[in-house]
Amino acid sequence: MSEDKKTLFIEGKEVEFTDEPNLLEVIRKAGMNVPTFCYRPDLTQFGACRMCVVEVEYPNGRVMVNSSCTMPPEAGIKVKINSQRVRKIRKTVLELLLTNHDRECTTCDKSGQCELQQYSEEYGVRKLKYPTLTKEEMMEIDDKNPSLVRDPNKCILCGACVRACSEFQGHSVLGFANRGSRTVVQPMNGRLLAEVDCVFCGQCQAVCPTGALTIKSDVDKVWDEINNKEKKVVVQIAPSVRVAIGEMFGLKPGENTIGKIYAALRRIGFDLVFDTNFSADLTITEEATEFVDRLTNKGLLPMFTSCCPAWVRYMETQHPDMLGHLSSCKSPEGMMSSVLKDLLPKHNEEYTEDNTVVVSIMPCTAKKYEAKRSQLRRNGKFDTDYVLTTKEFGRMIKEAGIDFENLEPEQADSPFGGYTGAGTIFGASGGVAEAAARTAYYYVTGENIPETDIKGMRGVDKNSRSKTVELDIKGTHVVVRVVSTLKEAEKAIQEIKNGTANFQLLEVMACPGGCINGGGQPFSCNDITIKEQRAEGLYKEDRELPVRLSHENPDIIRFYKEEYEKPGSHKSHEYLHTTYADMRKGSYKDLK
Amino acid sequence: MTGSQTKVDFSKIDEIITQCGGKKSNLIAILQKVQEVYRYLPEDAMIYIGTKMEGLSPATVFGVATFYAQFSLDPKGKYEIRCCDGTACHVRGSMPVLNAIRARLDLKDGKFTTDDGLFSLETVSCLGACGLAPVVMINDKVYPQMTSDAIKVVLDTILQEENK
Repeated sequence: MSEDKKTLFIEGKEVEFTDEPNLLEVIRKAGMNVPTFCYRPDLTQFGACRMCVVEVEYPNGRVMVNSSCTMPPEAGIKVKINSQRVRKIRKTVLELLLTNHDRECTTCDKSGQCELQQYSEEYGVRKLKYPTLTKEEMMEIDDKNPSLVRDPNKCILCGACVRACSEFQGHSVLGFANRGSRTVVQPMNGRLLAEVDCVFCGQCQAVCPTGALTIKSDVDKVWDEINNKEKKVVVQIAPSVRVAIGEMFGLKPGENTIGKIYAALRRIGFDLVFDTNFSADLTITEEATEFVDRLTNKGLLPMFTSCCPAWVRYMETQHPDMLGHLSSCKSPEGMMSSVLKDLLPKHNEEYTEDNTVVVSIMPCTAKKYEAKRSQLRRNGKFDTDYVLTTKEFGRMIKEAGIDFENLEPEQADSPFGGYTGAGTIFGASGGVAEAAARTAYYYVTGENIPETDIKGMRGVDKNSRSKTVELDIKGTHVVVRVVSTLKEAEKAIQEIKNGTANFQLLEVMACPGGCINGGGQPFSCNDITIKEQRAEGLYKEDRELPVRLSHENPDIIRFYKEEYEKPGSHKSHEYLHTTYADMRKGSYKDLK
Repeated sequence: MTGSQTKVDFSKIDEIITQCGGKKSNLIAILQKVQEVYRYLPEDAMIYIGTKMEGLSPATVFGVATFYAQFSLDPKGKYEIRCCDGTACHVRGSMPVLNAIRARLDLKDGKFTTDDGLFSLETVSCLGACGLAPVVMINDKVYPQMTSDAIKVVLDTILQEENK
């Protein structure tokens, strides 16, 4: 990349640029803005929405209107970002989009966060010239899966979801179909998302500018349970929620609000508040034990992590022949729910098998799907009753009228509230492998790892989606591959299939950068630094915690002593481990 | 998707993919060859291609198949009728011809293939024979200067041949 600084003019102001991929980035770096729908910095430029058009005057006097997201910056050009001409174009674009849009804004899940709504307001669109969408023209809404709702009547065909599905997950469950005015975005032949191999990662929804793809809300059901006097409702909260939810209340990304979260959960009315970080530590002791066992007893390697439900579903639908590589450990969320349903009724007389309701607050839309897995049931009852995403939880806080910013921090309830730094970094890509490596080192050598930070596994930006780290466990060499996005995971799988894989442990998180950038997190796709700030928030908490190794968590040590014997015990296997199923069978790809 | 789907022979599709070098940039050629075999694109064939070929997905293949007018997702008839409705044909009376075909073959409510699978009907924008307008093509044969009466005779002749 060139180091020389070149300059161009934006609204008369001279602005330097170097290797920015497009004019839009130069405009935004200069502290100015143009509206966009289809542009997402983590995805390829598409130039579909035409909202980012600017007027460009070249040194030879030629004037052109062009979309700034697809135009490379050139030295000496004069750019007008808000001339009468481009404002008129944008307003026309908005009017045309609104003409084809279901404008039932007040009841839309995206209301208040919808970019179409925002720009229509900013550009003062008050009247539409053309006949608008009628009830008869409306297409059917797909809400037949636990995670996502697809409403084609709200789609503006920006293609962000199509690109996210293809560029992040390599999967292209969503695609364009038909042509011209009949174009739609849909799964193969208009099928339901539940009928195709959608993994419910929710990244399509995370980049959708409108309400065309939204999270299926369970908020009302959870309120009902909380208000039901017969029920005892307990809650667990995942690592990455603590560094993101503050964004919904004006706090900085990455600011750790866990104390306020505990307090807010009690105000909302949950009976007991636990932290999934505890069961992340539990997962590590189980998973490290399993890994060391596979390593020393010539078990099937490489072992794959199994915390990410989107990844597990990907394996079950795309590579059912390789399910043996997946760790049998449940996800931390699954372990916590299972333990709560098992132990609460045993130790607290107010809790019974019938009245205990477990709610999980997760950064993830696929967790809603995971909770409905038939393997995660006991005596016909699901371990996790409801999963709320960070966004839904934020909405509950607002609905309850809680002044989140000024809450006094509180503590989680014991005994499943204590956690270590290893548990908290689970939320970032590389965190699970790093936490597992710290504990595996101890299990193999009986000593703690000399350098607790394994920096090579960290990093959540676009260039860190695949990392390979070699560990020297006192002479035993272990190679760990850390990937985020299923596209990178697929590359690792192909390496195994063609015999070139050199790693023994594969950590996969389906969302780019890991759970901190999960589909259930607050809207953040226009700023790629947000996920880095969130990850830094987790690593900061890790650095500051007194205990940073899962196997040293006093609550975990006591848990095994009093309840489940030891990692990998019979009881552990009954409650903390799970099985997987070939889901290719009977699917639409099961062709005879 | 209407009607029943043809049983797809996947080894045949594999053959076509190999012939086209297995490259996703040749998807259109692959779909054309598949359509030659089945006279339309069966859904299973599209799913198979989207699953089998690297860099594609069933949704992407479906997107390409629905983008181009040359591809049909419904079984076409043994006799593919293409009635030109380009500007020249239109002003010289292609609509009465089209209506006559629909009436003769009992194609109502947007149906475009007859129940016996013998005929399918579509309109095209130009066949490049404007001097002969209005034009109808049945398979590879061109019928120039059609009228509603003339096309009935053509169809009756084909039906007679078929019923022999």
